Amino acid sequence: MPSGEARVILRVAGIRKRFGGVTALDGVDLVARAGEVHGLVGANGAGKSTLVKIVNGVYRPDEGELEVDGRPASFASPREAREAGIAMVYQEFSLIPTLSVAQNIQLGREPRNRIGLTDETELRRSAARILGDLGVAVDPDAPVGRLPVGVQQLVEIAKATSVGPSLLVLDEPTASLSQSEVEALFATIRRLCERGVAIIYISHHLAEVRKICRRITVLRDGRTTLSGETAGFSLDAIIEAMTGRVVAEVAARAAPPDASDRPPVVELRGWSLLNRLHGIDLSIRPGEIVGVAGLLGSGRTSLLRSIAGLEPAVRGEMRVAGRPVRITSPAAAASHGIAFVPEDRRREGIITGQSVQANHLLSTWGTLTRRFLVDERAALLATRSAVDRFGIRTSGPAQAMEQLSGGNQQKVVVARALARSPSLLLLDDPTTGIDIASRRELLGHLRDYADAGGAALIVSSELDELGGIAGRVLILSRGRVVRQLDRAAGEVLSESLLHAALHAPDAHPGHTG
Amino acid sequence: MPTGDGAATPVAPVRPGARWRFASVRPDNLIVYIGFLAILAFFAITLGDRGFLTPENFANIARQTAMVSIMAFGMTFVLSSGEIDLSIGSVVALSALVVAVLLRADLPIVVAVAGSLAAGLLVGLANGLLTTRLRIPSFLVTLGTMTIVVGAARVLTDLEPVPVTDRTFAFLFGSGTIGPVPVLLIWTAAALVIFHVLLRRTPFGRQVLATGGNRAAARYSGIRTDRIKIAALMLGAATAALAGMLYAGRLQGARYTLGEDDLMTVIAATVIGGTSLFGGRGSIVGALVGSLLVGMLNNGLLLMGLSVSEQLIARGAIIIAAVALSLREGAP
Repeated sequence: MPSGEARVILRVAGIRKRFGGVTALDGVDLVARAGEVHGLVGANGAGKSTLVKIVNGVYRPDEGELEVDGRPASFASPREAREAGIAMVYQEFSLIPTLSVAQNIQLGREPRNRIGLTDETELRRSAARILGDLGVAVDPDAPVGRLPVGVQQLVEIAKATSVGPSLLVLDEPTASLSQSEVEALFATIRRLCERGVAIIYISHHLAEVRKICRRITVLRDGRTTLSGETAGFSLDAIIEAMTGRVVAEVAARAAPPDASDRPPVVELRGWSLLNRLHGIDLSIRPGEIVGVAGLLGSGRTSLLRSIAGLEPAVRGEMRVAGRPVRITSPAAAASHGIAFVPEDRRREGIITGQSVQANHLLSTWGTLTRRFLVDERAALLATRSAVDRFGIRTSGPAQAMEQLSGGNQQKVVVARALARSPSLLLLDDPTTGIDIASRRELLGHLRDYADAGGAALIVSSELDELGGIAGRVLILSRGRVVRQLDRAAGEVLSESLLHAALHAPDAHPGHTG
Repeated sequence: MPTGDGAATPVAPVRPGARWRFASVRPDNLIVYIGFLAILAFFAITLGDRGFLTPENFANIARQTAMVSIMAFGMTFVLSSGEIDLSIGSVVALSALVVAVLLRADLPIVVAVAGSLAAGLLVGLANGLLTTRLRIPSFLVTLGTMTIVVGAARVLTDLEPVPVTDRTFAFLFGSGTIGPVPVLLIWTAAALVIFHVLLRRTPFGRQVLATGGNRAAARYSGIRTDRIKIAALMLGAATAALAGMLYAGRLQGARYTLGEDDLMTVIAATVIGGTSLFGGRGSIVGALVGSLLVGMLNNGLLLMGLSVSEQLIARGAIIIAAVALSLREGAP
């Protein structure tokens, strides 16, 4: 990264934007310099997306100035922004899965031969050059749909930067990437910086932001609350700027002292699923939070899904409260007191187009009846009390679910799972894509649930989170438990220890990432 | 929206979901009522002198739309659960013929009605099992069962129409009036109340909407989504069987061609009423309004003196406009 004050590519000053009665941006400033990565962080709803959409020409500001390369700019459309050298990579990819990498990169700008047809040779050659410049090792002829998500992300960036922009905006680029894919992404970002491209990097991952971003701007409720060189701020300072308050970290603690005396909530023996799980033994006691760490493909999601009744082909012995059971559907799991919070909130967690209440009480309607009809008063009370207890920011139980921020949606999903008073709660990466305040609140509720005697099995890619909340962490690799770290055995479940365990060579025989 | 930036979304007014009584007159259905009133006003003005506004004509519209309305209630459940049923028209013919044949054999009305209903439920069960067990889209399953049932209805009486001579049955199922009120109107009203309560006020109704809204989320939360879908398809088929019996009673006979033209009318009425073709959103009251709207349209266009061909063209155009308005209004 270049030192000193580099050339200013983008200057945003005093931007205001209102939607109806809601103020989305209330005087935001931001300066992006050539060859620098600028982190843009804030809780869900802070105004990051609105700001980026103004920079990208989707919205026009009500007030304030926009300068690109020292000249005042005003974009009526994303196309005008693109022509001014601003490129955007959204969370949802704009790639067409059936086309090749080369075709995608130059979609709509294919080189032509003399008779006006696509010049395939030139198409491939220029795509290879663009990819080579970014240090992306991928076959230009490969259909994009067959590539891992991380590589698709790099192809998306190659597509956005192939027109030679001076500013690149990356929105939550690591949301679905594995650790090694994140490293590859960072390498590509550094190459772009060397070329003098200014980068705005939006992310919830403060650790990543602190690693890759030279400067940082924090937004809260449409205002800039913190701005400057990243190195000058502590993590807590950034979190406070995001949330406006000091959010205490959920204190680490040992497994409940009497845990070992009580019978296990769930016990697995020789739990196996073809090619994915191999003879896992596990027992979880009341009041215990067990963490599962593993890379993508380690079987961590399969483990949860199989306990939740979503993998009927699973083999092995399962006991619930000491009694052998066979669970072949989520409904059967629910009747044994097992609740599941899936990983993909959008596709498997929430019902868009329906109310917060409909989402919350999804699985509890049957218990909220009086003479066969839904007891509306009881239902309303149930949702209101969940909204209060979980601190869900909503205008009320009737608000449409999609109007809530991601963190609040996830709180509704967890509240739903807890509404049935489960004895075992299965959570698959419950805090991905959620701002840090909501994340800590969610973990606090999980802790309360465990304190009240509930048991939980939680998969997470956030190792600091696992280390903080779990009394015991299983390291999963290729469908086997390769190590178990237990707080009760005196082990400190620090992020670095878990990281080392997860990436130890013996933990992944022949693992290629 | 990439980061789900809540503040960037203008917050919509809170729906009066808590006050369930108004739940079916939510703002997203409003356009249907406005359209209904607009068409009513248009015909009232242009056809005032041709008997459009007379009570007899409205009773006539009610009689003509009763079967479509009742089937639209069933279709609301099917669509809300995320499925579709193309076989209802064929079930109308089959159930009408079954009830007529059983009555001709001098069986008691209760037995004949039960037999007819059972035939309908059986088709619904087959639709449900094939859709959920074999994971074939219900569009294709019911396309197949429709053909099979049409064939079965033709075979049943060898294409012969069957007269219904039982006066009690004819009175109860279609032809009768109690005072000034046609029996068909009572059937429609009773079905309206039952299906409305079933969809809006029972756990089953909520589970249907949840299943259609997001099957994975509903299933992962412990709802037996396959059973819900089977039940919805059986309800749809049951309303078609009832409609078939009402046709048999009203026309005092059954024929394999009954119900032939009803499928698209029923789907149009349901969707105009604010039910999503893709599941998760449904309104029984809306289905009634949609059905009355289509019925009024048929009646008005006829009174205007349009030829059958002209009626078809006008009807199609207005239905497309109504569905477009309804979908636009209902979009989240």
